[in-house]
Amino acid sequence: MALRVKTFSFTFCFLSLLMSIQAVAEDHVVGQKDKAFTKQTLEIQKGDTVEFINQDPFFHNVFSLSDAKLFDLGSFPKGESRKITFDAAGEVEVECAIHPDMLMTITVKE
Amino acid sequence: MSIFNYNGKKTLLIMSHFFALIMVGLFQTAQSKELVFKAGNDSLKHWLMPKKIPHAENNIPTQARIELGKKLFFDPRLSKDNNMSCATCHNPMFGWSDGLATAKGFKSKQLNRASPTIVNTVFQTLQMWDGRKKDLADQALGPMMSPDEMNIGIDGAVHFLQGNQHYIKLFNQAYPNEPVNEKTLAKAIASFESTIISDNSPFDRWVRGDKKAMTAQQINGFKLFVDPNKGNCEVCHSAPNFTDNGFNNIGLASHGNENPDLGRYAIKPIKILRGAFKTPTLREVVHTAPYFHDGSAKTLEEVIAHYVTGGVVKQDLSPNMKPLSLTPQEQADLVAFLQALSTPAEEFTLPILPKSEF
Repeated sequence: MALRVKTFSFTFCFLSLLMSIQAVAEDHVVGQKDKAFTKQTLEIQKGDTVEFINQDPFFHNVFSLSDAKLFDLGSFPKGESRKITFDAAGEVEVECAIHPDMLMTITVKE
Repeated sequence: MSIFNYNGKKTLLIMSHFFALIMVGLFQTAQSKELVFKAGNDSLKHWLMPKKIPHAENNIPTQARIELGKKLFFDPRLSKDNNMSCATCHNPMFGWSDGLATAKGFKSKQLNRASPTIVNTVFQTLQMWDGRKKDLADQALGPMMSPDEMNIGIDGAVHFLQGNQHYIKLFNQAYPNEPVNEKTLAKAIASFESTIISDNSPFDRWVRGDKKAMTAQQINGFKLFVDPNKGNCEVCHSAPNFTDNGFNNIGLASHGNENPDLGRYAIKPIKILRGAFKTPTLREVVHTAPYFHDGSAKTLEEVIAHYVTGGVVKQDLSPNMKPLSLTPQEQADLVAFLQALSTPAEEFTLPILPKSEF
């Protein structure tokens, strides 16, 4: 009986591990180049992370005032990046505060 | 998915990430082509203004719309005291600004920002020092509605226009099948403003190939202008309209005042935007003194001197500001270049306004 419980527990843990691995979040990369985001739209899953990399020889900022995700990643120079995890579904309008023509939409799916 | 597939996916993601960075590096190398500072060189052509003027789909300018807009722009009866028009602050005799440090509004009330020029504003993606208006039509009614400016209100302006048979006829010609209302009022003014274009300065002529259009000093000033280690001006005053439509706190002394004007921060409450204002175009800049949003620089020499300091007030300073290493001669060269962005002043014909009906 004890062996069966152990076997069941092991199987349950193994399956849980596999399921958690399958549901693991992804990393996405968006560049900031020539005063534009390298992607205008991006579709991701809830829990995914997006890394913004500044490829211009001057500072950029990344922020959003969207209800689905309110954030300000500050300003950073060429070669630096900032990451953020999107933990709620919805449409997120992402902008650069310094350069308002830089706009992109991230759609976060359940 | 097995754990091995997951690892493989992760590895693939990392590899693709590195591959993307390598490609970005190659792309940057390919793109960072040096400018050739010779008249007519292809490497300079992105500094020429586009021939196509961006217009709203519902307001393609016609002669009737432009002429109506011109009358409205210069008509002081669109203010509560019948003494202010759009042209009061955007005066063609002062480079479509007003020559004042900061504007004067209703009953000469001192306002806290300079009147920006309307030259080439049709190319801007946001209007006003704080970018709160998205286009010319959106901006046109603001001063009429403001108690501090023309102060007539939309109802007052439309009531005046709907009571004037001459204006009604002009509106019907310009916008047939549309009523005389705030929308057609705004569209007509925007149509006129979209004709105020600067695209034939000595600099433009030099870029197009006229070797004599700019002096050697002005060409050197242009080199300094685009050099990130010298003038570093292009970082914000970028091609072709000498603005990137961006917002920066440039460290003016007025930002150190008690309760300073927070500019763009009032529209977008992001920390870096405290005291940030829109990068103005430099086209026709000779005619639009004084300079900066607070009018604190009387001359172009004072403007350059400010940027050499890297900003007087460091609080909330844009990270793109830095002290500049410019000799007096280099500063003079930069001023000479800025002068090449302006065309000689031309005579301007005022419109004949529709007669008042009492």
